[in-house]
Amino acid sequence: MSELTDLYQEVILDHNRRPRNFGTLDGASHHAEGYNPLCGDRLRLFLRVDGGVIGDVRFEGSGCAISKASASLMTDSIKGRNVEEVRRLFERFHRMVTTPPGQDVEDLGKLSVLAGVREFPIRVKCASLAWHTLKAALEREPLTSTE
Amino acid sequence: MTRLRAPRFGEAGPGAPRFGEPGPGAPRFGEAGPGAPRFGEPGAVAVREPRGFDAGRIRADFPILGRQVRGRPLVYLDNAATTQKPQAVIDALAAYYSEINANVHRGVHELSERATDAYEAAREKVRRFVGAGSAREIVFTRNATESINLVAHAFGDPAIGEGDEVVISAMEHHSNIVPWQLLASRRGARIRVAPIDDRGELVLDALEALLNPRTKLVAVSHMSNALGTINPVHDIVKLAHARGIRVLLDGSQAAYHMPVDVQDIGCDFYAATGHKLYGPMGIGFLYVKESAYAEMEPFLGGGDMISSVTFEQSTWNEPPHKFEAGTPDVGGAIGLGAALDYITAVGLEEIARHEHDLLDYGTRALESIDGVRLIGTARRKASILSFVMEGVHPHDIGTIVDRQGVAIRTGHHCAQPVMQRFGVPATARASLAMYNTTADIDALVDALGRVRELFG
Repeated sequence: MSELTDLYQEVILDHNRRPRNFGTLDGASHHAEGYNPLCGDRLRLFLRVDGGVIGDVRFEGSGCAISKASASLMTDSIKGRNVEEVRRLFERFHRMVTTPPGQDVEDLGKLSVLAGVREFPIRVKCASLAWHTLKAALEREPLTSTE
Repeated sequence: MTRLRAPRFGEAGPGAPRFGEPGPGAPRFGEAGPGAPRFGEPGAVAVREPRGFDAGRIRADFPILGRQVRGRPLVYLDNAATTQKPQAVIDALAAYYSEINANVHRGVHELSERATDAYEAAREKVRRFVGAGSAREIVFTRNATESINLVAHAFGDPAIGEGDEVVISAMEHHSNIVPWQLLASRRGARIRVAPIDDRGELVLDALEALLNPRTKLVAVSHMSNALGTINPVHDIVKLAHARGIRVLLDGSQAAYHMPVDVQDIGCDFYAATGHKLYGPMGIGFLYVKESAYAEMEPFLGGGDMISSVTFEQSTWNEPPHKFEAGTPDVGGAIGLGAALDYITAVGLEEIARHEHDLLDYGTRALESIDGVRLIGTARRKASILSFVMEGVHPHDIGTIVDRQGVAIRTGHHCAQPVMQRFGVPATARASLAMYNTTADIDALVDALGRVRELFG
């Protein structure tokens, strides 16, 4: 049962119940929609990028606790950071959730609560949906999918 | 305990039973040996209670049900996706490949003859199982999806043209939507969708209102995989036939839950899949009413479906072979035959009654949990408990109950329009089969308690 409580940590449940930066963003410079066909999760992400820095970010959509919490945590962690740093963070996050369980992973601060998803291979896509959508938004792709 | 078990092929000694024919004195399905009562008959080893059904005895025939997952005994409630296989089916597959494997319909040698006999004997078992008039009317396919695609091409292409219409329902599986969309785009035809109500029942009047001189086919499920609704197929056929419209029924879900008699229903096409009938994956069938054959062109071209081939032209073999191009899944067909024998020995009436009792039990159990709402509450339904839980996404439910050893399906169940109709992104779905028990439902309820604990 410990994997379950590792996955559904209080931080994740809290972000699921009260997602941060939830809603739309007026004057967004970038936006993308992510879709996970497996569970039907849909996520719209809005970014305002000023001078290479994420000035503001919002997301909305419906999804499972993992995808919602991951989106919420992501928005918190990228706000105020510059775009290049955020792109690197995407890679670091991706590495963390795809490293096989049992192996050491980099400490990504608050984002590390999602490392538990490694015990649930089918849920990795839920955790990475927001990040893929972010990447697509920054590349100005209109729509992305984790499939 | 005696296992229901297929007779072995080629058993040594004079008078050994030929493939698929139990010889004199050989144990039949469900018999403990000569003179033993058949399953479910008075005097059977486990005496039946008035409403009793010996699921425990049946469970023993399914080896996979004895295994553990996640360190707990498996509670398998994903039967609408696929059912588990009894030992008799596993034995039949192994025996086919160990003893008589050969290609069919072409060799003069002993094995080819025996494989052909066994393959055609399996076709006869399917015929009997669905009540078709002749084995000619049974086409083997890979699955129900292929059966429906076969109709979309072989019947649809010649019979359905520009401006013609195909009527489906709002509860269809993607496999009974997409082939018609493809046909519609090939032929310039149009799909009309009969609505369902809040209980998940087909609105029959609305379906009737859609029928018009341009309607060339009504294609609906006999039973919904997402909701469990059983459709009034006799009425649908009557309405369509009164206007000269052919009817295809998708029997993927219905066929393993209730007795099916295609002649009594009167449908023109009946599609089903073997892996939900406790048979192997990769084998399915299509019933085609004899009179419909005259309107059908070949589907796939190749060996076995021809009678003669020259570079200028070819002529077609007789049905059903005309629609079975290439080497078929002979072992799969034989495995399916063994599965149908097994189901028949247990008795579909008994299975339906048992599953219905279980559905009632499960419905009450789920409704008693705070925040759980059933999706699909048709007055006539079978074996499907689709539900949502307030504040918890179905995907999270699936993950958490899986860790208690409970296998359910979560998602859109290949029926996205049904999810849209009920305004949910997905549901959790527990689906029942003959070997499920109230203990399985109790395990699900306990596991849902764990979901509540985690999510508060």
